[in-house]
Amino acid sequence: MADEQLIIESLSPIERKTIPVLSEDSQTVGEVTKKSDQDKTTTLRAIEYLKTKELVETDTKEKKVIDLGILGVNYLKKQLPERALLDKLSEKKSILIGEIKNVCNLNDNEAKIALGTLKRKALIEIKQGKIHLSAKSSEIAKKMLEELFLEKLPIDLEALEPQDKLAFQNLKSRKEIIQIVDEKKISVKLTELGKKISKKNLDSNLIEQLTPKMIKQSAWKGKKFRRYDITSPVPRVYGGKRHFTNQAIDHAKSIWLEMGFKEMTGNLVETGFWVFDTLFTAQDHPVREMQDTFYIEGLTGKLPEKCKNKEECVIFKTKQSHEGGVDGSKGWQAEWNEEDAKRVLLRTHTTCLSARKLRELRDTKEFPAKYFAIGKCFRNETVDWSHGFEFNQTEGIVVDENANFRQLIGYLTQFFKKMGYEKIRIRPAYFAYTEPSLEMDVFHPVHKKWVELGAAGMFRPEVTIPMFGKHIPVLAWGPGFDRIMTQFFGINDLRELYKNDITKLREMKSWRE
Amino acid sequence: MTILTLNRKELEKKVGKITSEVEDKITMMGTPIEEVTDDEVSVEVFPNRPDLLSLQNFARAVNQIRGRTKVASFKINKPEKDYFVTVDKSVKGVRPFTACAVVRGLKFDDEKIKSVIDMQEKLHGSYGRNRRKLALGIYPLEEITFPLKYTTGKPDEIKFLALEAKREMTGRQILSQHPTGREYGHLLKGCDLFPIYQDSAGEILSMPPITNSHKTGKITEKTKEIFIECSGFSKEYLRKTIKIVVSTFAEMGGKIYAMQVKDAKGGNFTSPNMDSEEMQFDIKNINKNLGIELNEKEIKKNLEKMGIGYENKKGKSIALIPAYRTDILHWIDLVEEVAIAYGYDNFEPEIPEISTIAEEDPAAKTKRVIGNALAGLGLLETSSFHLTTKKNIKRMHFDYNDFIEVEDSKTERDVLRMDMLTNLLQIFSENSNSQYPQKIFEMGKVFSKDTENKTETGIKESESLAIALADEKTNFTDLKMILDYLFKMLDIEYTLENAENNNYIAGRVGKILVDGKEIGFIGEVAPRVMSNWKIKVPIAALEIDLGQLLN
Repeated sequence: MADEQLIIESLSPIERKTIPVLSEDSQTVGEVTKKSDQDKTTTLRAIEYLKTKELVETDTKEKKVIDLGILGVNYLKKQLPERALLDKLSEKKSILIGEIKNVCNLNDNEAKIALGTLKRKALIEIKQGKIHLSAKSSEIAKKMLEELFLEKLPIDLEALEPQDKLAFQNLKSRKEIIQIVDEKKISVKLTELGKKISKKNLDSNLIEQLTPKMIKQSAWKGKKFRRYDITSPVPRVYGGKRHFTNQAIDHAKSIWLEMGFKEMTGNLVETGFWVFDTLFTAQDHPVREMQDTFYIEGLTGKLPEKCKNKEECVIFKTKQSHEGGVDGSKGWQAEWNEEDAKRVLLRTHTTCLSARKLRELRDTKEFPAKYFAIGKCFRNETVDWSHGFEFNQTEGIVVDENANFRQLIGYLTQFFKKMGYEKIRIRPAYFAYTEPSLEMDVFHPVHKKWVELGAAGMFRPEVTIPMFGKHIPVLAWGPGFDRIMTQFFGINDLRELYKNDITKLREMKSWRE
Repeated sequence: MTILTLNRKELEKKVGKITSEVEDKITMMGTPIEEVTDDEVSVEVFPNRPDLLSLQNFARAVNQIRGRTKVASFKINKPEKDYFVTVDKSVKGVRPFTACAVVRGLKFDDEKIKSVIDMQEKLHGSYGRNRRKLALGIYPLEEITFPLKYTTGKPDEIKFLALEAKREMTGRQILSQHPTGREYGHLLKGCDLFPIYQDSAGEILSMPPITNSHKTGKITEKTKEIFIECSGFSKEYLRKTIKIVVSTFAEMGGKIYAMQVKDAKGGNFTSPNMDSEEMQFDIKNINKNLGIELNEKEIKKNLEKMGIGYENKKGKSIALIPAYRTDILHWIDLVEEVAIAYGYDNFEPEIPEISTIAEEDPAAKTKRVIGNALAGLGLLETSSFHLTTKKNIKRMHFDYNDFIEVEDSKTERDVLRMDMLTNLLQIFSENSNSQYPQKIFEMGKVFSKDTENKTETGIKESESLAIALADEKTNFTDLKMILDYLFKMLDIEYTLENAENNNYIAGRVGKILVDGKEIGFIGEVAPRVMSNWKIKVPIAALEIDLGQLLN
């Protein structure tokens, strides 16, 4: 009993309006709509609410219905093109074929169809480019099959009568006059519970929307509020937000900041000198070839100015480190060419920022120092699920007399843990500018294999001496960042990251590692 | 990336059963396992270790790190009387140098021949930069008559049966008709003379870097003795290569014989020299770099695991680098050798207690304020590419021609973006199926040519912000409200001034000024632009150069 009372209190106005017209016999939605004097959408919504309260049962039958298309609506209102032509002919007796359009006010296609249709029905004759009427006046007055058919719509596809079939075929072959729509036919009847409720007094003084006026006048006192079905679905709402990659980048930045790192920023367009040469990448190294690097057409960059003291000259020392001779290193034993270093390109990694920072620290002498950067890098690669031509890298350096390999592993383990990677593997790797070098792998729970996360190492003397003036341990890393964040967002294809599908952006969850 | 694929059975003969534990060991040795099947083991070999590109050398390294094999030493037998090569001065302009050796007492079978060919290919590819820096030839000694000549011939006069060819061809014909001729012919492009190796019987042994002779340049199961040569542009590089190859044959049980190389100036050297190289280092430095404490004995043990010998000479630590290692340039390289032997997985991570003050880039901070303010108004931030197409730029900036182009892009995008709005309009054009209103913004770098010659690269980069609204009912006011709010949040005053700009509807566009300086435009986008993008709803848009606001 109390339950029934609660149900009654939770009925919304449209439900209250709908229940009285329902019965234990099935009725169509159309019938219910008509009787309750509300629109179809409202009826459907009311039925949906009543169904969740188990007051009604519905039965849905799907069927195909022939209905008017866009042109069909128009033709029904005015007339079919063939009728337009027939009427004009009965008025003028003959029309030049080329004149149909103008005389009957039809477009090319309509004119063609009108002509063809009337010819097929033997209502006209064509002689020397002129159309003559051959129909009797009774034939003209009689409605054509197609006209009759259009007036009948909508009708069930199944219930098509034999005389309609020809008209249906004719009209179907013409564009947008008729269409076949899938229609759901819903019928509804009261359940046992529904019957009981329907017998109760549904008129009530329940408050729908609390208004400022009610509050002011205390009009709510002694009254009940209509109960809501708080489980019923609501329309979706989407908020504005930062791009999900930038949310992840902001988080990564905060990790480095919390560990006491300063941020480095710099240009995306760089000279080969800062991207390759300062980082001891041999001038014939394959990475410098066009297939990996985006070179900018027709530009030659500038190198840092040479100074008189060779030992302080970045250019001289870089040349020396490549050709052999810095701190007893053998170098690459190949001639180092300034012109190659001047080529202008899109940075292939953010490590050029670290090289520049080292050069700067040499003058400021502000170290121990810890720096990070997160930024876009570019590789001239064919794009696939695991390769993008633009991607982010998270760069970092620690410049400290006492820095060592264990600390390198320490910083990286900490970072990846905070990015959501508990289990990582450190293994040997090779990069021209670091020694020792390492690669971090994460165990992929789905693919059941180790997946590369990123590269790190300690800068070689061939890097530190030209840039910093002497060899000092410099921990350095530059893992690709895009791959790191995909796991959280459940993205398996890097191409999804910068696709900017607005619907997906709206629905993408927020970063919260 | 060089992948070495080894016959599993052959490898197991040398290193024992490949269990998952051994697989891990191989990865942790610096040769990550790519794939293991019943028949094959594939590993990645980094470019600093060309010496590992043969099954024999790879197996030696695996055995050494597992403590099963000692540091290798190589005995070189003196050259026999006619074991020499005369280098003709004409090679100077084509492929100036050669290095060579003889190995005897070998026994080949199918698998060994396959692995030798594989090593040769791998060395050619990565280390040899596709035969440019290095071309390697291996010949059955039985088929050739010492002494030899490294010389040149005229392309149309050189004539021999190239490897796997059906008939004799001239040098020039080989370049156009032989498969390796077609592949590597560009390396001899523009040369009037082609390099050749020739024996005393006048037989052409090879035409480096293209092909060997079929008659004298093919190893078979009958071969017991071989002659090895390589040619290129750096003596040092070639000698290293010979050492790698010779060390492989030594592992097969071959005896190494030196050869004399007599150059045109009367110079003379013996090749190869397989002595290990001494490198002095300080144990303290190794420990300091790694953050561990190893004593001399442990350092010695770990170096030996990497195939490197150790000696204490009068209190000084000396590493003995085996001849086949090409990558130890500086004592710092020994740090990694010790680290690998010690085991990367055995290092305890450490966060040092040094105090440094964190600092975010001030511009990045302001950008975040802007981003959050706009997101708070219900705008979506997008993130698009810096590279775009000329066609896209021209849809709005129809008379723009100052493109900054990249060379040979592998994607359709081949120019740097000159503004941000182009990208936003592209996003609208691709999202006509998403629910309206669509309200988006993006911040990022845009690029222009540096006409004042102030930059190092000739390109000016500036931070830009674009906001665009698309909806049936969008208008100028909607966007101006956002602009007002944004500047209020930034506590910056701005003014608008009527402007003429073809990209926007006349009378509905303004210049945005801060401190009297123009920083951007705001307006309703011209229908012409929208039809170029096939966008069917009105758009209000603005773009601001953030430079002044961020600094």
